[in-house]
Parts: sequence; C-alpha cells; structure tokens
Amino acid sequence: MTTTTEEPLLRLSGITKSFGPVLALSDVDLDVPGGAVTALAGDNGAGKSTLIKCIAGIYAPDSGDIVWQGERVDLDGPAAAAALGIQTVYQDLALCDNLDIVQNMFLGRERLRRGQLDDLSMEHAAADTLSELAVTTVRSVRQQVASLSGGQRQSVAIAKAVLWESQLVIMDEPTAALGVAQTRMVLDLVRTLAGRGHAVLLISHNMTDVFQVADRIAVMRQGRMVDVRPIDEIDQRIVVDLMTTGESDREVGSSNWRAR
Amino acid sequence: MSVRDSVTRSRQRPPSGDGAQVMTAREYLGLTWRSIKGGETGVLPVIGGLLLVSVIFESLDQHFLTTGNLVNLLIQAAVYALLAMAEVFVLLLGEIDLSVGFVAGIGAVVLAWLAQPQVGWPWWAAIAAALVATAAIGLLQGSLITRIGLPSFVVTLGGLLFWNGVMLFVLGNGGSILIQDDVLNAIASGTLSRLAGWAVMLVAVGVFGVLVWRRDARRRTSGLPAPPAVLTAAKIGAALLGGALLILLANADRGVLAPVYGLPYVVLVVLGVLVVWSYLLGRRRFGLYVYAVGGNAEAARRAGINLARIRTLGFVLCSFTAGIAGIVYASRLRSISTSLDGGTLVLYAVAGAVIGGTSLFGGRGKVIHGVLGGLVIAAIDNGMGLLGFSAAAKYVVTAVVLIVAVTIDAVARRNRPA
Repeated sequence: MTTTTEEPLLRLSGITKSFGPVLALSDVDLDVPGGAVTALAGDNGAGKSTLIKCIAGIYAPDSGDIVWQGERVDLDGPAAAAALGIQTVYQDLALCDNLDIVQNMFLGRERLRRGQLDDLSMEHAAADTLSELAVTTVRSVRQQVASLSGGQRQSVAIAKAVLWESQLVIMDEPTAALGVAQTRMVLDLVRTLAGRGHAVLLISHNMTDVFQVADRIAVMRQGRMVDVRPIDEIDQRIVVDLMTTGESDREVGSSNWRAR
Repeated sequence: MSVRDSVTRSRQRPPSGDGAQVMTAREYLGLTWRSIKGGETGVLPVIGGLLLVSVIFESLDQHFLTTGNLVNLLIQAAVYALLAMAEVFVLLLGEIDLSVGFVAGIGAVVLAWLAQPQVGWPWWAAIAAALVATAAIGLLQGSLITRIGLPSFVVTLGGLLFWNGVMLFVLGNGGSILIQDDVLNAIASGTLSRLAGWAVMLVAVGVFGVLVWRRDARRRTSGLPAPPAVLTAAKIGAALLGGALLILLANADRGVLAPVYGLPYVVLVVLGVLVVWSYLLGRRRFGLYVYAVGGNAEAARRAGINLARIRTLGFVLCSFTAGIAGIVYASRLRSISTSLDGGTLVLYAVAGAVIGGTSLFGGRGKVIHGVLGGLVIAAIDNGMGLLGFSAAAKYVVTAVVLIVAVTIDAVARRNRPA
C-alpha cells in the first residue's frame, strides 16, 4: 500500500531547531513520499507544529538538511516554500469570509486580463478543480465563504492548494471542529489528493481519522522522531506507546484496538 | 474498512462545469431572490428607505417632489455622497477616518487660495493642487496608521482637530476666501444645455450597454452560470429609462423668475467618481485586496498581500475623494469660510455610508452605498427644511434613520447560514 520510491519528494535529515534554551526539534529525519498520506503523531509539545513550520518556511532550522526532489533547499520564508510547491492548510483556514470561493482560491495569485481581474477564467479553473476533487456539495463557486459549512470551507482550502499545483500539502488538524459527515468528506478529499499523486503530511490528534487515511505514521516524542512505520505495521496502541514512552514491543493485532 | 479503498467514487455533477449553463430569466431571478433572503440584501433597504422618505415628505408638503426641488436635492446631496464614498474605502478596510470633513475643508482652502486673482492660478491647476494636497494628507495619516501601527480612530481624530486648526489659521478668525473664477463656480451651479444633457446620457448608457452586453455574452458562451440575454437587455433598458428620467427631470424649467434648466455638472462629478471607484473596487486587483484585508487581514497576509500598502492607499483614496467633496462644497458656496462644520460633515459621511449598506466592521460595502446614503441624508435635510423644522429635529430624524438602517442590516444578516 505504501508507495516507496527510491527518492522521496521531501527528505528531512538531522533537522534541529531550538528556541533559546528549549530544544524543540532534535536531529529529526523524515521522508515524505509523493502519492501517499504521511501522518505526524505525537503528544502536545512533541514538536509536530515546529516541524511543519520548518517545512513551510516559517522557521529556519538551526541545522540539518531539507532535500526537495533530490536537491538541498533553503526555505527562507513561506513564499519560497510555496514557490517549490509546498502549501500549508492551516487550522484556522485562512479564508476571507466576505469573498467568494473563486476569490479565495485565487487570493494572491489572481489571473488578469488587460489589467482587470479575469473572473471567467478563474471561475472555470476553480469549478474544474472542485469537481476534479469531487467536491460537489457547494451550490455555486460564486457564493461567499461565510455561507459554507466547516467541511466545505476545509474543502475550499484544500482545493486552493491543489489549484496552485502544490506537490506537498501540509494539513494541521484538518478535521478538528468538524461533524461526522463533514469529517468523512474531508478525509475523502485527503485520499483523493494522495490518489492524484500529491504528497500529504497530516497532523491530527484524532487516531481514528489518522488510521482511516494515512499510509504511513511518523511518531514524535520530545522533539525526536521516534519511529516511522507503514500503516499495516502499526496500530493505535503501538502509537500511544511510542508517543508516551518512545518504544513499544507490542505486535500488530495483539489488541482489539485496531481501527475498523 | 477505510476511506483509502473508496477513492474511486463515482463523480457527481460538477458545481459549475461544462455544457450550456445559461439559465432562464426565472431561474436566474430565483437565484438572486435566494441570496437576498440569505442576507445579501445589497442596496434594496436603502432604496426602500429613499422611497419611504420621499412618500412621507411628499404627503406632508407637495413641494418635495417638484422638479426644482429634486434637482436641488441632487446638488445638496453631492457633498454628502462624495464624503460618504470617501469613507467607504476606509470602512471596507475595517478602519475609520474622522478627518474627512476638515480634509475637504483643506482642499477647499487650497483651491480658493490659489484661484484668488492676486495668486492667479488657473482653475485646473488650483483643482489639481487641492487634490494633491488632500491626497498627501491621506498619505501622511495612512502612513502613521499602518507603518507605526497607531489606531485610525486616534490618528484621524487628531487629523480632525489639526486640519480644523490649519483652516482657522489660514482663513483667520471668522475669515473667508471668495472664489471669483467662473469655471470653479460652475461646478456646482452650472448646467449642461438640454441637448448636451441628452447627448451625455446617451453616450454614457451606450458605453454601459456595450460593456454589460459583452460581459454577459462572454459568460453565456463560456459555459458558466450566466443571466439570459433577456435580462441583460432589461438591465440596459432600465439604465436607459433611468437616464432618460434624470434628463427629463433636469431639463424641465425649474426657474422661478428666470428660466433655469439642464443637468447640473455636479451630478456628473458624483456619477464619474462613482463609476471610477466602483471599477477600481470591483474589477481591479487592488479592490479585491481591499475587501480581503477588511475581511480577514491574516488570510490576506498569508496570501502574500502587502497589508501596509493596501491600507495606506485606502487612506490616500479616502482623503483624495474628500478633496473632491471640498471642491464641490467651495464651488457651491462660491467661497470657503470658517463656518465649514467638518465635525457634522464627517458624521454624515459615516452615517451615509452605513445607511447605504456598508459595514462598520470591514469587508462589506460598495461605493454606490455612499451615494444612496448621501441621498437619504440630503433628502431628510431638504424635506425637513421645507417643512420648517429646526436643525435639532433634522439631527434627531437622521439619527433614527441611521439606527433603523443598521438594524435592517443586522436582522438581514442573521438570516445568513452559519
């Protein structure tokens, strides 16, 4: 099930980051392959958010290498990460309520035609992207984001990342604060992304969600990468063991916790 | 067991995809009606309010809906409408500008001072200088607000006092400067000839018609949801009808002793500012960014929008438009004096924008709201003046209308889905 290529889309090696005396990340290695969902698990303060901020270009690591498609890169700012094709879908979504879906999806990268906003072309592209992703619940791409449900808003934020041809989509708690049906919708979308060849790096506290969509689970503890395993070599109890103690000698399936 | 296995689900109908999407008039109007019920009331409440005010005043005094008074009303509304349009820019950004009244005053002082015979600047140079001066004030205030991060309320409150002081200083206590230039005085009191009025109206509606028709036709052929040709034609027809009514109204003789007729230039000034600013906010990237910053500044920042630049420009455009209002004000009085009440003007400007439908909290509003709100305020002022009410009563009624307008907006917005 896991797509293992020789050269992953993104390879982190030896990433270290400290804030003053606090060591947030210590010698972290992680491969993020294309076409797969990699979940990042860990307790609060384990360093998950710091790690994705290093990938998104918001923090510069103190040491270590970020290798993108086989080449070492320096990400000096979110714009540099975005230019490579790394897009982050934030927890608070970063959408403008008063703008419509098309305007939000193109915000900052509007298409112009003779100096004017090219609404037709943008509307086409936005509608096409949404239908490719099988987001069919929105009535019109010209409706304001304020009128959308939480799941629809999350879908718009994800579709924006796809529209901008991001190869790596980072999601921070995409299903927090969503209902059951909406969570399902967003998880479907995450799988669709991976099916289209995008790499997805997902942070979630919800183990059920993680086991539903992830191909690989990376567990962090106290700023270190404890283990990275394919989904069929891990279960919820092992994840909890790894998160809390850093090791686990359980066998997969030795418990009845396995996600159904 | 999981979503992983169900990726290849059947694709449903896209939200707006290929194939003919041109709707029937009924469908399109139904869609519009649904968005109105959903809280997107647009300009409907203020137009309703304007009609209501007209009916009330006409029933109390048959002079209100005479041609003479209506044209007079348009001239009176011009300054309020221009100031309210100025305020729309900063309200959209979620800011406020309390200085527009006295910034308009500074524009008027610069204009009148330079156009004096002893200084002798030509009228166009005096206008340009007045607009440059007010835009520079906007740049100064906007820079203080965005670069240093001071609250706009405080900076522009300071501006209100400061520019009032500068005006008093230049004009002297109780002083004034007369305007003797014919062109400058004609801005507010001059009119087009009857024929020119028709010609200007037909050209304007013609250009509008071609642009609207081309735009809707492009939508129809592109396969996106589009209004049917009938509705596009109806829109153009309505513009023609409105234009014809305006010209008929303006061309009727409204003089008492000598014949007076024709469309006042100042109406064209207001319409011109309305069209240019609506285009800027509606069709250009800058306008979109103004809405984005007002709606969610953090999202705008993450999208790579330069917040400081957009905000500063908003204040520049606000003060610039206030400068236009100042020129019209001075032209109407044929002078500028210390009797200019910039405090009341700014309150009317904010009230006009809000009565028109612009939100005080940023991100929602249009330039047209300023014009319609300005008309409502002028109508109350004018109608109560005809009835012989005092300024005190006018303030009270304007206040009630303001509160009613905000209430309508709040109630309509409650219908929005979460």
